[in-house]
Amino acid sequence: MAARLRGVIAGRIVAAGLGALILGTLAAVAWQAGGLSGLGEWDWRAVRFTIWQAALSATLSAALAVPVARALARRRFRGRGLLVTLLGAPFILPVIVAIMGLISVFGRNGALNEGLRILGLPEIGIYGWQGVILAHVFFNLPLSVRLLLQGWQAIPSERFRLASSLGFAPADIARHLERPMLRAALPGVWLAVFLVCLTSFTVALALGGGPRATTVELAIYQAFRFDFDLGRAATLGLVQIALCIAALMVARWIAIPAAFGAGMDERQGPTGPRGWRVAADAAVIALAAGFLLWPLVAVMVVGVPRLPALQADIWWAAGRSVVMAVISALLAVTLCLTLALTIARGAGRWIEAAGMLPLIASPLVLGTGLFILLRDLASPQQMALPVTVAINAAMALPFGLQALIPAARSLQDDYGQLAASLDLRGWARLRYLTLPRLVRPLGFAGGLAAALAMGDLGVITLFASDQPTLPLKLYQLMNSYRMADAAGAAVLLMALSFGLFWVFDKGGRLDA
Amino acid sequence: MLELRDIAIRQDDFSLSADLSLEQGGRFAVIGASGSGKSTLLSLIGGFLAPDSGRILWQGQDITGVPPGDRPISTLFQHHNLFPHLTVKQNIGMGLRPDLRLNRYQTTRVSQVIDQVGLTGTGDRRPAALSGGQQSRVALARVLLRARPVLLLDEPFAALGPALKAEMLVLLADIADSTQATVLMVTHDPQDARVFSPKTILVEDGRAHPPRDTGPLLDDPPPGLRAYLG
Repeated sequence: MAARLRGVIAGRIVAAGLGALILGTLAAVAWQAGGLSGLGEWDWRAVRFTIWQAALSATLSAALAVPVARALARRRFRGRGLLVTLLGAPFILPVIVAIMGLISVFGRNGALNEGLRILGLPEIGIYGWQGVILAHVFFNLPLSVRLLLQGWQAIPSERFRLASSLGFAPADIARHLERPMLRAALPGVWLAVFLVCLTSFTVALALGGGPRATTVELAIYQAFRFDFDLGRAATLGLVQIALCIAALMVARWIAIPAAFGAGMDERQGPTGPRGWRVAADAAVIALAAGFLLWPLVAVMVVGVPRLPALQADIWWAAGRSVVMAVISALLAVTLCLTLALTIARGAGRWIEAAGMLPLIASPLVLGTGLFILLRDLASPQQMALPVTVAINAAMALPFGLQALIPAARSLQDDYGQLAASLDLRGWARLRYLTLPRLVRPLGFAGGLAAALAMGDLGVITLFASDQPTLPLKLYQLMNSYRMADAAGAAVLLMALSFGLFWVFDKGGRLDA
Repeated sequence: MLELRDIAIRQDDFSLSADLSLEQGGRFAVIGASGSGKSTLLSLIGGFLAPDSGRILWQGQDITGVPPGDRPISTLFQHHNLFPHLTVKQNIGMGLRPDLRLNRYQTTRVSQVIDQVGLTGTGDRRPAALSGGQQSRVALARVLLRARPVLLLDEPFAALGPALKAEMLVLLADIADSTQATVLMVTHDPQDARVFSPKTILVEDGRAHPPRDTGPLLDDPPPGLRAYLG
């Protein structure tokens, strides 16, 4: 009983600590804020742009995902499983690497503009709102496709067999089987993308900016970093939180499907219509795959040969990032496990809510709050690395908990009574029951946290440390137009992010 | 003696009361319709549920607030009696020390009970590599090793075929005899009750009735039980 009590108390302490971190920094931000009247026309424009770009990105991603998901659902071809797995990759792909890839393809000297020049057509620009939208669609089209693919796979195959026995034409299948599914699934997909784009910082930092393409997150960064106007940064932080809470309130009415991580199996799906639609589906799949892979391949073609020539400071930054990502992941996993076990034992719903709190606080808001709280204790440079590690761990918690809570609940349901009857508690329970049974979701959660921390270019930019992480170093290389070195660093960052995810996830799959 | 004195519990629109005295070494079937509260009765005795009122006594000592692992009780559940990631030896050894730091004597005892329940040579296997009957034997071996004076069984052999179930009941009877344990076994099968338990506790109308002789009870069951048994 005492051990059980200790476990529950540990969970409550973690939840309270998390609440204090998120709400304490929020309170610090609120205390510092001069009120909404402190916002100027520039800031309100940032608010409007944030909502507009998130809505447009979500609409484009969801709309484009429909033909891609349908083509993937009704066709079987070699490499389909790999392609579906790759659709999960953008979730852990460092944003700055993707931006580098998009610039390689869609930038002024990119392959696309080269082609347009040859054809005598006007060039397209990647900087500005169109670049922000393009990058968001690049990240969220794969997510949307995976979510919709789940919807297609959830339609019972008997229905497709019945449709075929009744001689349904493709239009009938769309009307009677696909549209009802899409009506149910699309609002959730749209909202999931909208939420992701609402807190966009790195994309806006690299491709946006200026009066027509500044997001609230970017405005916080500018207020803090360039104007050192803490009051305005704080007010903008509150606006950002209000936007997130409003979106989450809407999300309570619309179920957001969950889809990240491992590849989906190839359940026998419907047999697609023949004729010209085969070619159309092939073209849709090829375009989507090209859109996803071309930028990454473009970075690799330049970056891989450059790897051996990378300077020592890039390798140091890489080593620093790996250490920070691993510490962040271990911290996130420990906190996740403590919270999930407490939640599984039926503790109050407030603990689960505390675990999800990071969803409403963006890293920049947290960073601003921590700066306000700690500015008398340490310099921004001293704070940079530990604050980044802590914030990255906190930001990974909602995703880790999503993986761990169901597993912890079924562990408690299946073995809780047996463990209690055997007096299995404390370290013995952790070693012989909890860790062996939860090692898979723990490995997955750790991999996710490590990869997200590895690729993060958020809070570290606030403090502009003289000890840069690899993403910050890459951003600095891009800004100084050392594009070959930047490509090499991007390849290294991509490899380390996927490598860390693989190591943690694989570690969780070793036979316990 | 195991005593349930004026025990009562209410959960939403379900309630159960019990006032029972069960002599040491007795074997009792617990029988009643689905949802009548048989498993709830075992959960109260095992310590997985706390009664709203009343006391549970073992040999005169109040164990109502004692945690499950500290009660003089072993429990066999319907499912999930074994940890799938541990070997047979480890699953059984947990009955002695949950941290599995077994001394030489305890390790020898584990090997002995493995032999005793007819599982020689399977000690290093995991449950998935065993048949359903063998898995039941592993769970019984742990009960044997724990040697607690009260044994609660919540239909642990329900998934086994008739022949295997009969075999397990014989093994269980041997274990109960050798440890002089008081056994309460929830069952849906009147034949199990006849074979294994001279006395039966009928759970009906929100109440666990005092034990009655199994034969006469099943030969002339009250209307509710008759409808359930068919």
